[in-house]
Amino acid sequence: MLSGVATARPIVDAIGIHKHFGALHVLKGVDLVVSERELVFVIGPSGSGKSTLLRCCNRLETPSSGSVMVDGIDLLDRRTDINLARQRIGMVFQQFNLYPHMTARGNVTLALRKVAGKSRAEADELADAALARVGLAEKAEAYPLELSGGQQQRVAIARAIALEPRVMLFDEPTSALDPELVGGVLAVMRSLREAGMTMVVVSHEMAFARAAADRVVFMDHGVIVEQGTPAQVFGAPQQERTRAFLRQLDH
Amino acid sequence: MEEFLFTFFNIEVMRAASPILLQGLWMTLLLILAAVPLGLAGGVVLAVLSVFRHPMIRWPLIAWVDFFRAFPPLVLLVFIYAGLPFAGIEIGAFGCVAIGFFLNTSSYYGEILRAGIESIPRGQVEAARSTGLSATQTMGYVILPQAVRNVLPDLVSNTLEVVKLTSIASVVALPELLFQARQAQSVTYNPSPIVAAAIVYFLMLWPVVRLLSRLEHKAVARR
Repeated sequence: MLSGVATARPIVDAIGIHKHFGALHVLKGVDLVVSERELVFVIGPSGSGKSTLLRCCNRLETPSSGSVMVDGIDLLDRRTDINLARQRIGMVFQQFNLYPHMTARGNVTLALRKVAGKSRAEADELADAALARVGLAEKAEAYPLELSGGQQQRVAIARAIALEPRVMLFDEPTSALDPELVGGVLAVMRSLREAGMTMVVVSHEMAFARAAADRVVFMDHGVIVEQGTPAQVFGAPQQERTRAFLRQLDH
Repeated sequence: MEEFLFTFFNIEVMRAASPILLQGLWMTLLLILAAVPLGLAGGVVLAVLSVFRHPMIRWPLIAWVDFFRAFPPLVLLVFIYAGLPFAGIEIGAFGCVAIGFFLNTSSYYGEILRAGIESIPRGQVEAARSTGLSATQTMGYVILPQAVRNVLPDLVSNTLEVVKLTSIASVVALPELLFQARQAQSVTYNPSPIVAAAIVYFLMLWPVVRLLSRLEHKAVARR
């Protein structure tokens, strides 16, 4: 406890993560440390293990070895109540995964009521506030099928942020969207960033990474090849594999 | 023609038999009220258990479901009715029928619901779990409601079969609709009570058949 800077506890502290799927060695000793209010962008070719790494951060995947602490909670400790811990870790998926049998408001209130223990009235109020934050206040009564992909993804973000998570994990949030719908989702992510949300984003939106990320992590074949500020990684990549990947993206 | 009407649509006989037929209808309704909820509840349990891949759950479950789906329900019923007293258990005809129907129909409902659960994309579970819902809550609030909706025509169709099947309770002398109709027939030496019972069955089931048609039509349209 010598200086304020040194004692700042990382929000995500994943060390030495290995993950095997049968014979497949998907993560080969990855460290991911994310500080409060930091936006970390994880890029890399498909199959590089970036989504698996993200999913280890809320134990949707259990690492084969290594340690994962989120906001000081050891996710791999058997005594940890994972459901309680996951309240603090919001996640947004490529395919949105909204509950199709519930309205937008219903999607947001479910965990508020059943996990956070809010009354229906409280939950409705929080849900409407979260939907307003993603610009969909007027869509609270709409069912997912009545919404565009971009709107569905924003409801999914509202569902996660309504629980007031300490960190938000985004797993290719715009990859399933038509190009004209990407902007709305990125705008919501930018506003979260401005509000100080800690974020880990797996995505191919390089322009967004350049503009918004504090740090870019490049992964390939289950390891972190290179990381640094967007200017470093995009402007002056040190590793040949990074350069090759970025060249490919330009085409 | 008159002979035909006198034999099969004898209003006098039907009127005389109506109190006993009503009693039978009442018993049939009671049977439905026991068999359908029991079967559904058992089916939900079997379907939810099928989510577990552990061999200690999986194989006994498969064996159980296969056995009771392959076992003819009439044989099962007679076996329970004739066998339980030898085991020192006396639960009466209604209890035997309830057990038989539970064993048979829950396996059918279970398979239908299992198909429904398996039709729900994995992402639904992941989304729910990522917000902190437990596995049980996820099943109850997210997966089962969607699963039921996806297999609703099959559930209704199976329920229709269960209702029709209640008539087999007549073989263990449970005074349900068919049993009462046969009683009336044997007393009056006239088959009109059977015809009356058939009409009652038809009136009871026809709306369900209509509903099923519409559900199936909607399910096809949704694809």
